[in-house]
Amino acid sequence: MRIAVCIKQVPDTEARLRVSRDGRWLDEEDLPFVINESDEYALEEGLALAEKTGGEVVLVSLGPERVREALRKGLAVGAARAVHLKDPAFLGGDALATGRALAAAIRRESFDLVLTGSQSDDVGYAGTGSVVAGELGWPHVWLVMGVALDESGKSARVTREMESGMNEIVRVQLPAVLEIQAGINHPRYASLKGIMAAKKKEIAEAAPADLGLEPGQVGAAGSRLEIVSVALPDSGAGAQMLEGDPQKQAATLVQKLRTEARVL
Amino acid sequence: MSEKMAKVWVVLQQREGQIARMSWEAIAAAQKLAGELGDGAGAKPEAVLLGAGIGDLAAEVAKRDLAAVHVADAEPLRTYTPGAYVAALTPAIREAKPDFVVFPHSYQSVDYVPRLAQAVGAGLLPEVTGFSAGADGLVWKRPILGGKMQAQVKVKGAGTVLVSVQSGAFQADTATLGSSPAPVQPLAADLSGVKPDREVLGVEQVGGEKIDLTKADIIVAVGRGVGGADKMGVIEELAKALGAEIGASRPVIDNGWLPRDRQIGSSGQTVAPKLYLAAGISGAIQHLVGMKGSTTIVAINKDPGAPIFTVADYGIVGDLHEVVPALTAAIKEAKG
Repeated sequence: MRIAVCIKQVPDTEARLRVSRDGRWLDEEDLPFVINESDEYALEEGLALAEKTGGEVVLVSLGPERVREALRKGLAVGAARAVHLKDPAFLGGDALATGRALAAAIRRESFDLVLTGSQSDDVGYAGTGSVVAGELGWPHVWLVMGVALDESGKSARVTREMESGMNEIVRVQLPAVLEIQAGINHPRYASLKGIMAAKKKEIAEAAPADLGLEPGQVGAAGSRLEIVSVALPDSGAGAQMLEGDPQKQAATLVQKLRTEARVL
Repeated sequence: MSEKMAKVWVVLQQREGQIARMSWEAIAAAQKLAGELGDGAGAKPEAVLLGAGIGDLAAEVAKRDLAAVHVADAEPLRTYTPGAYVAALTPAIREAKPDFVVFPHSYQSVDYVPRLAQAVGAGLLPEVTGFSAGADGLVWKRPILGGKMQAQVKVKGAGTVLVSVQSGAFQADTATLGSSPAPVQPLAADLSGVKPDREVLGVEQVGGEKIDLTKADIIVAVGRGVGGADKMGVIEELAKALGAEIGASRPVIDNGWLPRDRQIGSSGQTVAPKLYLAAGISGAIQHLVGMKGSTTIVAINKDPGAPIFTVADYGIVGDLHEVVPALTAAIKEAKG
């Protein structure tokens, strides 16, 4: 089974986030980047399915030069090779523009399955994988908590998360796009051997023209959405922050819960 | 000369004869949007309802202040599938060319709305929490970076935009009623070719024994910051001292530190206790939508920038493994 796994490199949201000088995005200087959390689970699911069926995983990622680091990590845990949509024209896209670019890269080869994470931890549109499916004319399932291939190899039983602690089980024909939810499996770590092997694996770069796309169809130019500013969230009245050492903080809290909030 | 009235649609979600609560919130958002774009209070959105045998539901929806209720009633729409929903809505949206189509930002709509946008050739604006009219058009707000930041977003270019509204961002009870029922009419689309693109095999409850956290007066909720299943003791002692139930955010469940029926948030339970004490929870939006209705919220987190503090009444910045034992001791002392 030939499987494409789309991964995105995103800012580490545990790091201190500062707004950029122009106020439109984050200041990326000294900002650590990681592979998007649900994409790591998608990669693990892809590697496990490839091992089971004797296939291979090809990574596809869109982003600037730094994305090579994420691709190397993916190659180190077992992907066979990678495609990097690296041209500046690809950057700043919404879910439709990015999905269009990724689909064009995937269409150049023959895949049985495309896996993506369910949502990016930065802009969080949660739609890119579904757009890829639409572009390819394949079925898709979003928020996947389980994948079992049918014996025929032509379809899969997929568990989809619903609200309120319910799951729905569906069957889709392959090829399909499955958008994986974090927590579905236990992503593996890279071995030293894997890290060494990754250095020799191919990372092919692609520009819009290589994919049969005009620069205006992708990235910021091909998008309907434009982020005009980012800021700390509205905080309503805001929390009363309690100061002092833990004993002082605890004593103040108990007193306020009794006399102000009257919940104790 | 009146200017061209903007057309706003709202697509509702129903399941097994029930209109989902988030649908009423979506109507409230669509009414506000239509009023903002159109001629003040005179502008009304049009609602769309999909399913099979949903005449009663359409009548219930029609009581709201809407210009029309369009109903796509066909057997292939009885059980939700993205293929059937996209096939039914695509020709109707292309034909009517609404400026905006509003959806509740639910797990169902996230499954099919991006695909619908792709099929229609419309813009896609997911998970908005609000909008305001600026000098050169609408500015939308939506959370980014797990709720740690908020983005202001503009839509450029011409053509329909599909917008989904975050749970709780608009109040369901502000959806206004009409003075007379809105006309109910079939959706102007040929439904003969509508068919599912997946076979729905069934639904299952996740986890075994079900603990109902919605009945608890006090909940102590624990997040990734606790650090491991073996470090849960301090949380258990605090819960015992308070007579509280223990809840958790998703990472705790995914790591197997607590069973899935303790999960609070969009994929777990939605709670609104008298007192909600969040320890080591950063406050991703998926968690906040499940607890922000609590009467009093206390947050303990080592990161002063954690979004949980934006919904909290009282905040303590610190290591939960120091603060929680101190709090347990203070509560025991206060209770004598």
